[in-house]
Amino acid sequence: MYLQVLAACYKALSDHHQRGRYAALAIAAVVIVVGIPLWWKTTETYRAWLPFSEISELDSLQLQLSVDIEVVFSRGTLTPEQQKKFPLSHVNEKEHQVDGLRYKYETRYRTATIMEEDALNQPTAAEADLSLHMLSEKDVKVYVGQRRTALLRSPPFKSSWSLKEVLSNLDVEVEQVVSTMSFSHQDIVAALSDRVRMAKVTKESMADSMRAIKSSPGYEITFSLLNPDPRSHSLHWDIEGAVQSCIQPLLNKLAPIANFSVDSQILYYAVLGVNPRFDNSVSAYTLSADSLSHVINPVEARLGSNAASSNPVLNFLLYVPDSHHSPLFIRDHSKREVPSNAFHSPRWGGIMVYNVNEMYGPEAERPVDININMAKVMGVFLAQLRLMLGVQHTHPPTGFVLQSPGSAGLADWELDRLLWSRSVENIATASTTITSLAQLLDQIGNIVINDNIAQQVSSAVTSLQSAVAELEAGNLAFALQYSREAILASERAFFDPSLLHLLYFPDDQKFAIYIPLFLPMCVPIVLSLLKIVSEAKKRRADKQAKSD
Amino acid sequence: SRGAEGAAAPPVFTWLSDGTKDSESFTAAARDQFQEELVIRPLHSGDIYASFQFRTLWDTDFLQERQKVSHYRLFPKSLGQVLSKFSVRELHISFTQGFWRTMQWGQPFIPSPPGAELWVWFHDTVSDVDGNWKELTNVLSGIFCASLNFIDLTNTVQPSASFKPLGLGNATDHRFLRYATLPREIVCTENLTPWKKLLPCGSKAGLSVLLKSEKLFHSSFHSQAVHIRPVCQDEQCTSKAWELRQTLNVVFDLYTSGQGKKEWSLFKMFSRTLTEACPLATSSKVYVDITDNPEVKLKQQTVVLGDRRTYSVFDLTRAEMFGQLRSLNLLLRDMLRPLLHAERYVAGFGLQTGEIHTVIYNNHPYRAFPVLLMDSVPWYLQLYIHTLTVTSKSRDNKPSYIHYQPAKDRHRPHLLEMLIQLPPHSMTEVTVQFERALLKWTEYTPDPNHGFYVGSSVVSALVPSMVAMNTNFTQDQPLFSSFVPVKEESSYFVRVYTEPLLVNLPTPDFSMPYNVICLTCTVVAVGYGSFYNLLTRTFQVDEPSLPLAKRLANLIRRIRGVPLLA
Repeated sequence: MYLQVLAACYKALSDHHQRGRYAALAIAAVVIVVGIPLWWKTTETYRAWLPFSEISELDSLQLQLSVDIEVVFSRGTLTPEQQKKFPLSHVNEKEHQVDGLRYKYETRYRTATIMEEDALNQPTAAEADLSLHMLSEKDVKVYVGQRRTALLRSPPFKSSWSLKEVLSNLDVEVEQVVSTMSFSHQDIVAALSDRVRMAKVTKESMADSMRAIKSSPGYEITFSLLNPDPRSHSLHWDIEGAVQSCIQPLLNKLAPIANFSVDSQILYYAVLGVNPRFDNSVSAYTLSADSLSHVINPVEARLGSNAASSNPVLNFLLYVPDSHHSPLFIRDHSKREVPSNAFHSPRWGGIMVYNVNEMYGPEAERPVDININMAKVMGVFLAQLRLMLGVQHTHPPTGFVLQSPGSAGLADWELDRLLWSRSVENIATASTTITSLAQLLDQIGNIVINDNIAQQVSSAVTSLQSAVAELEAGNLAFALQYSREAILASERAFFDPSLLHLLYFPDDQKFAIYIPLFLPMCVPIVLSLLKIVSEAKKRRADKQAKSD
Repeated sequence: SRGAEGAAAPPVFTWLSDGTKDSESFTAAARDQFQEELVIRPLHSGDIYASFQFRTLWDTDFLQERQKVSHYRLFPKSLGQVLSKFSVRELHISFTQGFWRTMQWGQPFIPSPPGAELWVWFHDTVSDVDGNWKELTNVLSGIFCASLNFIDLTNTVQPSASFKPLGLGNATDHRFLRYATLPREIVCTENLTPWKKLLPCGSKAGLSVLLKSEKLFHSSFHSQAVHIRPVCQDEQCTSKAWELRQTLNVVFDLYTSGQGKKEWSLFKMFSRTLTEACPLATSSKVYVDITDNPEVKLKQQTVVLGDRRTYSVFDLTRAEMFGQLRSLNLLLRDMLRPLLHAERYVAGFGLQTGEIHTVIYNNHPYRAFPVLLMDSVPWYLQLYIHTLTVTSKSRDNKPSYIHYQPAKDRHRPHLLEMLIQLPPHSMTEVTVQFERALLKWTEYTPDPNHGFYVGSSVVSALVPSMVAMNTNFTQDQPLFSSFVPVKEESSYFVRVYTEPLLVNLPTPDFSMPYNVICLTCTVVAVGYGSFYNLLTRTFQVDEPSLPLAKRLANLIRRIRGVPLLA
């Protein structure tokens, strides 16, 4: 009887135990199945899908630049046997594994057509005449024209040579011409310098790329006339006419690269930051090369930024020294006077000093009306502008003659060079922006990614891919166009203010809010689960002991 | 004939009549010109009012479609670019520190409310006015180093009648007008420097030499403004020109700082003296109001805002001028009371409701005249427009025109415009009740217990003139009297700003959300804990333990070796 009661009691107790165990398990299950997903869902930040895999492909991007070359032999340069095999084409690929660069030169050889022969032989066609005339001079081997043509004079081929020998003989010179008129490896690496940090870049092309203003969809060019002494000088400059005749042709030519806007202003009582030193030997004031770096700062405060756009500004200052400090000359590092009396500051602009002291006598009535010779000024500014825009100095090999770019200020092949390096630079910049954005978003989970950002990112990626494809196909204009779109979209995504909204939500605040609820709720659940587990273990051990 | 007069007069007096003659031939060629002017008026209260005006005129058109204006000479490039980019037709911006006391000081030449005020008329070709306005305020806040970027749709209104274009062209469609004030804006040196930079002579020559910030901001009132508008080039209005007026008004309290002596000099006020005119200016003049000091015989008369006042003129373009401006002692006499005057305050108690009182005084002895009252109230003061009452001389005064645009929460403010007839020599009181809204906790300013500002209300009126306009003077008007176009001779346009209001809103305890979270969590956790225990624990009857006496007895029994008690 007693035993029976004890057994019933034990059963009831174990029933109780069983029930409690089930309740604990059920609560734990509810917390895990309903509670955690609910909490997860309600505190989640919205993150739109980004093409991460494509972006990571961009990081290891292979760029291929293609150049089409046509070599035309004029009549009489080749023997009929050699000519038989024409037309002929030949593809030459160079690969630079380290930089992910591949160059493809597709060369086609043919003889000149009758019309081309005529054009070359015609004495009236001024260009042909001039070029032939110059070619007949002894030391000129190659003449590079304003357009995309070059004339090459090579020593006469032996008639016994096979065509292959002739071509390989010619190859060296053709290559020189091509590297002058299209991109050179150094330029491209310099343009990529944002992406690839390398010691291989020569100092010179590095200097060129640092001098040139960064690629941007637009530039503001501002001409400022600084008149520190309006009491004695009343200066007049026909800036409108000068811009129209000197700067505008160049900008029209550069229109595919960027939008340019030109404006001008006159600043009175604007002074340079350094006091020029009086040099008795030449009875003139001089600015030494070391002090030039201090000249700009006080002037810059007066220049004013462009309120209406956010494009980079190129400043060109014309400084007319006041009557007590003239004439003023700029001296270079070797203490010689700079003939143009001007200097430029990389990526910022140029300053030219214009002395007017000889234009009036000491007894002239103040203020003296002075007209500034704009042709002289604009010549200097145009040269500086070309440097800023990245139209690099080409150093042609000896024996090369480059036709001056003429009124347009830029030869077609120079524009091509610019298009190449700008496209590459844009692609590099855009892909860097996109990859770093993707990296950032990947690292910080708090950032909300809105749909519009995702859209910008994917449009940047597609534009980048098309730009690379166009570059490969050799369509420079389209490549640049797409690369600009890529830059715009990537910057818009990168600088979108909505990325910052939840960025600063520190973890300690989150814990401060969660702990008062979660700690008291989780501790009993975890403890009872532990207890259940340990009981189960004990029971199994008991069973094993029994069976043993 | 004026030129002949000037030439015939003895050299000492020529500067009094007209000094601009010789410079006119020079400016004929230039398409832009610059004038500068300083008016000094001793005020009734013993303070000195100095008003600078710099005016640049340029006969160009910023709104031209085909050709962009891009070559600047005297006109500042930064403002010109803003005008053409945003198709601005008229722009008025003012920064003011302190409140102009109309009752003590009379009318200012160009009135402005405390804080920052910006109103812009856009050209009627603009399609997205709000977008342009937003971008324009951001750009201007960069140019003037001010917090104009805080102007958004919640504090922008489109007044229907109070703000008409001051320049050429009669635009009436107020969709192209935007008006906003920031009564909280604090004006200081960082706003003055960019303002000075817009002047062609900077602060290097001319009247602007006097603008030294440590003196200007050590004053009772300081206001600087930029007004841009298209104006007529000549009297026949054959050609249009753009006018940029930069004004700076300052009231010095020299009476208390100068040991009670009623005298002033340029050096005392500005701690600088004038040495030359700006060489680029076609006219550079200093006017000193000597109405109350008739002993000074040399004078030129002009009518400003209905009072006949006498000024002595110093033309800085004359070399012989220098050395005379140093010190001028003054006798002071009573001034006329201003004809129109307005004030405003908040009444009521508690943090739920309140009442805005606007009191407008007409001090004219026998003439009644209408005024336009404009009020822009932020959305968080919910106006009860049915409680609007207008009383004059304790009788109901029904406004003849009411334009009311109710606020939308977090989108736009209330706009109330009324045309009220003011009886002669009367006080008109406009009251309206409001309820204070509860803001979201992120909408409070960093110092919410300071209160929230409500911008000044604007009273615009054509006030009947005490004196007829002096018609002799229209040829060569001084700048300070030519800002507002005067059409009728018997009345003149006046704009009066009231004080901004400071209203307390119910402010929560900002640690409250966290306290609430903690409290709720604790309550939930306690409830959950007991519930959990109830569900998972097993309860069993425990054998009652032996009472203390029995246990003690057992202890003794164990020692003695006697069987224990049960």
